[in-house]
Amino acid sequence: MGGLLLVLAAAIGIYVSGFPGMPGQRYGAALFPGMIAAGLAACGALLLARGVRAKAPAFEFAPWTRVPALAANFALVCGALLFYIFAAEPLGFMVTGTLLLLALFLKLGVRPLPAVVVAPVAALVIHLLFYKLLRVPLPWGILGFMAGW
Amino acid sequence: MADIATAFGLVFQPYVLSVILLSAVFGLVVGAIPGLTATMATALLVPITFFMPPVPAIASIVTATAMAIFSGDIPGALMRIPGTPASAAYTDESYAMTRKGQAETVLGADLVFSVIGGLFGTVVLVLSAPSLAEIALKFSSFEYFWLVLLGLSSAVMISVGDPLKGVVSLLLGLLISAIGLDNPAAYPRFTFGSIELLGSVGLIPMMIGMFAVSEILRYAVEQQGEAQLFQKQIGNVFRGMWGLLKRYPLQTLRGSVLGTAIGALPGAGADIAAWMSYAMSKKFSKEPEKFGTGHIEGIVEAGAANNSALAGAWIPALVFGIPGDSITAIVIGVLYIKGMNPGPTIFIDHPANIYAVFIVFFLANLLMIPFGWAAIKAAKRILDIPRNILMPVILLFCVVGAFAINNSLFAVTVILVFGLGGYFMEENGYPVAPAILGMILGAMLEENFISSMIKSDGRLLGFFERPIAAGLGILTLIVWLWPLATWRRRAAASTRA
Repeated sequence: MGGLLLVLAAAIGIYVSGFPGMPGQRYGAALFPGMIAAGLAACGALLLARGVRAKAPAFEFAPWTRVPALAANFALVCGALLFYIFAAEPLGFMVTGTLLLLALFLKLGVRPLPAVVVAPVAALVIHLLFYKLLRVPLPWGILGFMAGW
Repeated sequence: MADIATAFGLVFQPYVLSVILLSAVFGLVVGAIPGLTATMATALLVPITFFMPPVPAIASIVTATAMAIFSGDIPGALMRIPGTPASAAYTDESYAMTRKGQAETVLGADLVFSVIGGLFGTVVLVLSAPSLAEIALKFSSFEYFWLVLLGLSSAVMISVGDPLKGVVSLLLGLLISAIGLDNPAAYPRFTFGSIELLGSVGLIPMMIGMFAVSEILRYAVEQQGEAQLFQKQIGNVFRGMWGLLKRYPLQTLRGSVLGTAIGALPGAGADIAAWMSYAMSKKFSKEPEKFGTGHIEGIVEAGAANNSALAGAWIPALVFGIPGDSITAIVIGVLYIKGMNPGPTIFIDHPANIYAVFIVFFLANLLMIPFGWAAIKAAKRILDIPRNILMPVILLFCVVGAFAINNSLFAVTVILVFGLGGYFMEENGYPVAPAILGMILGAMLEENFISSMIKSDGRLLGFFERPIAAGLGILTLIVWLWPLATWRRRAAASTRA
């Protein structure tokens, strides 16, 4: 972790040194991020020194990563968000939302029948709340023919 | 006076009142369900309040958080699982009392002393904020620079655990705040050619990620153990409360005072207030040996403390724009969106709105008595809501909520990134609060720093030339040197030993 911070700090330092100054002023856009980078470097060095002294392993995995079912849960939550980012526009909110909920429900141990019922209903309720009540333009996607309702 | 009358008019409208009632129910349910926190309740409310006028928007947050901090005590007493982190300090104690057959007394004390603490914090907020604002009006960039730095420093020092990790967290937050065009030189930093990043990372999606998505991730990897719910009809919870109040007046007052003060300190909120006040109660108790075996004294004190901290956190948030806890961190974002920029001028520009917020605070705490009673009665129902259905729905809600802020899918990426970031930070002992403060205060810190540097022509001594600035500056340096001094002393002691 300490090493990681040092690398980050160095990268910021190099990136920031390319910033132009404010005309007529000595203190420009680079000063503040530069100071942050210096601070991060100091912390990184301290953490690194402490880790070396304590002979701690450079990286440790949390216990759940060794339980495949839990690691899969974690991946699925992240995957669900990625899926939404890519599928929301083409498929539309209702379809994407229903699929997202269904996948998570089934993985988290909701029985199939309630899962199949609750997923579309919950997606519909959220859709109505935001689309009708709050006028957020949620994408319709393949259900575009319903938009006029 | 006219402003106060206007304020009453703003609050006592059917629309605002129904928002308050709905938020109360929402807050009670969210607070009572383990894994859903008061901050998460706020983050989830923001996309909805986005479409409301300022007063109902703020009212819904005030009400929901007050209710959530109380109702977090319910599963603590009945299941030995805190509903929100603010109840964690006395969960074991509450459950021990329940097992002794005193569930009514614990829940009653949770409720009554939450209300007292909340009202106390509100009174302090109402009395202190306007007068502090008058002082703050005279502040220049030097004072603001020190004030922000002092706030950030105390957030690091007070964060539980390792101050070094607190500093790292703070610096990462500041770094994120530097993204975008919004800096004194208006130069696009860290955007890597991305148009979305030019406008800097949106505060609300970041918060939804860090406080809601990270909790869902935590739920997803939790080993599912079935917690036993205490199955017994709860009787009259208000019996014996008057006796408790007469027996522990000092404890009630001390908890409320400490809670308000901790709340007002940047970076520390209701959860730290509860821990500190529980420890304080034990230290000064006449019967410290009874603590941990089901003794009500600490619950009285800490229960008052966490609710008073909520109101305390609003003092620096309204007066200086410096959030006192993670809830007000989100509130500050909401205030900016509503055009009620926090800072001393808010009391001049929007006096009626501010008085309306004060009225809502009183109203929310008083409403807690009937609503909290109902929540205790309905506890079994609330705790029976299957979390494996609830969590995915909340995730979808987060997605839509983040999207709704400016209708862009980029916000969904942000909640994913910050959800992961928040989760891994907490898992590795890096406190999240300093990062949040850094993100919110980074722009303010930089702006005041750069303009102070320009004014004083680069002389650092210029930062100490105005009396208040000098005082704040010295205070900040003390906060920095304090841990170093204690560390030196401890090192000296250990070499001698």
